[in-house]
Amino acid sequence: MQITFKLYATLGDLLPSNAVRNVASIDVPEGASLNSIIDKYHVPRELAHLVLINGVFVCDADRDQSGMLKEGDVLAIWPPVAGG
Amino acid sequence: MSWTRKLLRVNLSNGTVTEEALNMQWANDYLGQRGLATRYMVEETDPACDPLGPDNKLIMATGPLTGTMASTGGRYSVICKSPLTNAIACSNSGGFFGAELKFAGWDMVIFEGRAASPMYLSIENEKASLLPADDLWGKSVWEADKVLRTKHQDPQTRIACVGRSAEQGCLYAAVVNDLHRAAGRSGVGTVMASKNLKAVVVRGTLGIGNVENPEAFMSATKAGKAVLAENAVTGQGLPAYGTQVLMNVINEVGALPTRNMRETQFEGAANVSAEAMLEPRKSDGKPNLTTNGACYACTIACGRISTIDRTHFSVKDKPEYWINSGGLEYEAAWALGPDTGVDDIDALTYVNFLCNEDGMDPISLGSTIAAAMELFESGAITTAQTDGVELKFGSAEALCWAAEVTAKGEGFGRDIGLGSKRLCEKYGRPEFSMTVKGQEFPAYDPRGIQGMGLAYATSNRGACHLRGYTVASEILGIPEKTDPLESDGKAGLVKAFQDATAAVDSAGLCVFTTFAWTMDDIAPQVDAACEGDWSTDRMMEVGERIWNMEREYNAKAGLTGADDNLPARLVSEPANVGPAAGRVSELDKMLPEYYAARGWTSDGSVTVETHSRLGLPG
Ligand code: SF4
Repeated sequence: MQITFKLYATLGDLLPSNAVRNVASIDVPEGASLNSIIDKYHVPRELAHLVLINGVFVCDADRDQSGMLKEGDVLAIWPPVAGG
Repeated sequence: MSWTRKLLRVNLSNGTVTEEALNMQWANDYLGQRGLATRYMVEETDPACDPLGPDNKLIMATGPLTGTMASTGGRYSVICKSPLTNAIACSNSGGFFGAELKFAGWDMVIFEGRAASPMYLSIENEKASLLPADDLWGKSVWEADKVLRTKHQDPQTRIACVGRSAEQGCLYAAVVNDLHRAAGRSGVGTVMASKNLKAVVVRGTLGIGNVENPEAFMSATKAGKAVLAENAVTGQGLPAYGTQVLMNVINEVGALPTRNMRETQFEGAANVSAEAMLEPRKSDGKPNLTTNGACYACTIACGRISTIDRTHFSVKDKPEYWINSGGLEYEAAWALGPDTGVDDIDALTYVNFLCNEDGMDPISLGSTIAAAMELFESGAITTAQTDGVELKFGSAEALCWAAEVTAKGEGFGRDIGLGSKRLCEKYGRPEFSMTVKGQEFPAYDPRGIQGMGLAYATSNRGACHLRGYTVASEILGIPEKTDPLESDGKAGLVKAFQDATAAVDSAGLCVFTTFAWTMDDIAPQVDAACEGDWSTDRMMEVGERIWNMEREYNAKAGLTGADDNLPARLVSEPANVGPAAGRVSELDKMLPEYYAARGWTSDGSVTVETHSRLGLPG
């Protein structure tokens, strides 16, 4: 299934070549866990700090679970960042 | 001790400059900077005074760690009663001015009265004098800085100055130091100009020789720097991307207030983000961001130094703006961008330069322009007021025009200079004003980040993110992640952030250290520098004392629990998109919990018990 994959800040370079700015469309197997996608794109797990599906945070414990994603979802990941 | 134990009292009405001993009992109770200066305000001013009259005072205050080798130990604050909110104002700035004031041997400068004609204060170590500034009046901060540098002929001189916006009565004028660092919020620059005080020029060569336990201080500050360097946020994220890294984050979580807070996500956010600032532009192949920069002694270096595309309409005929200068920080970028619906990064950078050049708070300016755009689109104002300009959401040209006329106080710029609340009242649509206690909101929508709604409503200086930055926990997971859409537990969180921040703001340190440091990292540095024992608990107690003192000052200024509110839009119009869609701020639920956590009455007054537990004045 197709999802939108976004990697920001220092992770931006890890996106596939079809990415425009920080956004790529990727194909993932049905039931893929978030960590399987994180690993596939070589995002170091300790830098996958802020992991959001459609803007909602997914905690560490749920990232190995399958079925978190559905067709058309947006998965966005940041390393530890802050501002203000 | 790291206090110099001396303050300068400058009476502008009679032209005297006198040295005075610092009240060390108060320093022990309130630490320095924000806390200590507010203690002086409580003692010396009538909270009901006219903020722009001679009875208001303006204090430039350092903290005990200002000027030391502690990381970020270069901060100073400007404290007075605010003309924007009628509440206590305290605006914190970095750069190098604060440290220089300390090197000259002064913990703080208290300005009182009003000069008969424009003056500036010159400080060279113990020598301080008031000098005429008639030739500087009418000049921008940048122009005045040049003239003062030529006069003083010392490249190490540090200058804090107000611009034309302050002289013209813009109610959110800033005090700008080191050309692009600002005590930005609540109109502290307006108060300075109301006293006919244009600038403070300082040169100090006395250094810092009064650290209580130098050896312990060396090791505590070294340990602190190691924590900052090893932390991914303060060691890598902030130097590389600055605060602007938040633009895409806050948009993604659906809490990016858009078009005067009518919406909660902005389609153009990526165009004005930290990532966009690094992209090479078409005209010259250079990115917006030239480099990062640091304030005095800072090992984080989050500052942005940027250029504007020389072919951009805003500057193509103005080579004076083809320079490297202070670039976009997140709050400024949000107010000038998403809140006005403008996604043109060069227009935003240009307006940001104008804010530095003429001393305007970019948050209040952007939010007020956003309110003006809504007034325009609703027909409450027309091209008759705007000199023919179509003041519409999304128009970069309109944004630049509005900033230019406000900087100089020309035409409709005088109305924009009133701030969002007074502007919207003047044109009969008060509901368009996105303010608390008359101060404009920063860049987080309280419908999508519940704790921030409570933090805004209860902030002692009106809507403000820096008084209790629960975004750190609710969105960024610092120190631990909480659910931004959940209001349960936020009262305690807001109180903890508010108290800790009040202590940090009184120490001379930058609040950004707290993305890595806890109070356990900060207290040993204060403890080694200052006389007495400064534990984590004592720091938190000092923070709580300061918070309650500010609250009592505001109560005497006429503010009540009824002022702890949010605009109707945020409590009754649900967020339109994103994770918070359908939600409003649950302020009504959080506020009573917060009052209880504070030990206040159900209508938000400090109780006698809390007052005496904290040893508050009066
Ligand atoms: S973190 Fe940024 S704002 Fe704070 S002192 Fe350092 S450079 Fe200045």
